[in-house]
Amino acid sequence: MSTTIEPTVRVETTRRQPMPPRERLETIFHVDGLDAIYSGKPAVKDVTMEVYKNLVTAIIGPSGCGKSTYIRCFNRMNDLIPGFTQTGTIRYHGQDISGSNIDPVAVRRNIGMVFQRPNPFPKSIHDNVAWGLKVLGMRDDLDERIERALTRAALWDEVKDRLKASALSLSGGQQQRLCIARAIAVEPDVVLMDEPASALDPIATQAIESLMHDLKSEYTFVIVTHNMQQAARVADMTAFFSISQGDEGQRWGELIEYDATEKIFTAPSDKRTEDYVTGRFG
Amino acid sequence: MSAQGLTGPGLRLDRLPRRRRVNRLMEGLAWLAAAIAIAILGVVVFSVAQKGASELNLNLLTKPPIQFSLTNAPQGLANAFAGTLVIVGLATAMALPVGILVAVYLNEFAPASIRNGVSMALDILNGVPAIVIGIFVFGLLVVGSGQSGLKGAFALSCLMLPLVARATMEVLALVPNSLREAGLGLGVPQWRTTLSIVLPQTVGGIVTGTVLAVARVAGETAPLLFTSSLVGTQTSWNPYHALQTVPVAIFELSESPDPADHARAWAAALVLLVFILIASLGGRWLATRSRTKMLAR
Repeated sequence: MSTTIEPTVRVETTRRQPMPPRERLETIFHVDGLDAIYSGKPAVKDVTMEVYKNLVTAIIGPSGCGKSTYIRCFNRMNDLIPGFTQTGTIRYHGQDISGSNIDPVAVRRNIGMVFQRPNPFPKSIHDNVAWGLKVLGMRDDLDERIERALTRAALWDEVKDRLKASALSLSGGQQQRLCIARAIAVEPDVVLMDEPASALDPIATQAIESLMHDLKSEYTFVIVTHNMQQAARVADMTAFFSISQGDEGQRWGELIEYDATEKIFTAPSDKRTEDYVTGRFG
Repeated sequence: MSAQGLTGPGLRLDRLPRRRRVNRLMEGLAWLAAAIAIAILGVVVFSVAQKGASELNLNLLTKPPIQFSLTNAPQGLANAFAGTLVIVGLATAMALPVGILVAVYLNEFAPASIRNGVSMALDILNGVPAIVIGIFVFGLLVVGSGQSGLKGAFALSCLMLPLVARATMEVLALVPNSLREAGLGLGVPQWRTTLSIVLPQTVGGIVTGTVLAVARVAGETAPLLFTSSLVGTQTSWNPYHALQTVPVAIFELSESPDPADHARAWAAALVLLVFILIASLGGRWLATRSRTKMLAR
């Protein structure tokens, strides 16, 4: 076992623009004392952090630390799970979106989501993007909107000649980019990505990472990943979650450290973060 | 089991022959039981076919019966086939939308406690004897205002409802949750996601369930005896009148003293049997097809 602390992850700074100074950043989410609980068992406890506009924020951590549960709090996706409760607040542009008086449909309308496994509708490529637009009343310039979304998702050139083909005929990476196109077509404010590349090969992964990079001037991305290299490549800010254990063996996820990506990967303040990013844990 | 155990000193072979004999005996019994089940179906189909074949012709389907016929003028059971078509068609029209909505509510919207409770109620309704449904509709609708095809259809729809609802729930449960999340994640309301994304996935299964339910109620006699059996011999398509139906006609003809009537009853039974066989096989074929299609994803 090596005794020197040598980060296994090189932080790539060449491809990323330098992050603007903190005081110039606009906060889009204020998370305050958030607990996420499944039928009485806490999955994530006491998270407090801010997510900044037009940045890519990565959430990393070992399996079972509640990363996915946490990101799904941002657009009330956990509402669908029976027995799920949540305490604390998530303020979106200052408004608490976690209360029962807030319509989750309205939250999700502004905060889109791309899931871990590509989940295109069993419809044509065209209809996959068109459906959301039509249902949400964005019928004007439909074809133009579809082309723009597919172009932004770096898929247009591959599918422009077969828009009528079934989305299920696409490869996994293409399906995931279609899901991204579908999510950004309806012009959300924030795009949440729950391990969007975990089922993809490196080339498709790179396509998705570079499109996040290109689109962050217009959207805010929050991405969950268990791939530290990916976090280092795409994220401006990185939050590290880990598993804490109670006296009676109960386990829950906790936010350990949240800082600029460079800081997390090169000079973490917490020992647990350091162990994780240097590959000694998880 | 390790190879060592087979040659080891502790291996006991003394009871092995007896175990083999018991095993073979039980296997034989199970095989026999399966053969009996198939044989019963075979005997029923064969005897109905044998006894009904002589009267199985186009007249059976197109000519109405003639009461107290003294000549050999061709007659059939057109009124019964027309009535069964009307009544079963109306029953399907009543049970299908309600059944689908019940299933959609239970599977997509209801909390688990309601889902379990209502599912159990559907299973109990499915187990209620047909004649009880007949008496119920008789007391509810027929007493005081007379029989009609519509009331018969309502009685049959009570039998179809749980079948359609349960079949629809089964296919809804097969729709992957990721599709629901995909729709909801776009900020689309749940009813809209259910209607345009989830339900279209289940059409095959709903058709299957409906076909099987139709096959089941097309042969029901008891509920119709109370609700649509006091009829003449004219062919009528009007559901506001009592309509003759195939099972009721078979029942009535079987009590007639005329052997020709018996033959016609057997022929009608054969038509009904063939219809139910075709519908069941078709339903099963559709079910397999839609299931493989859904699981392929």
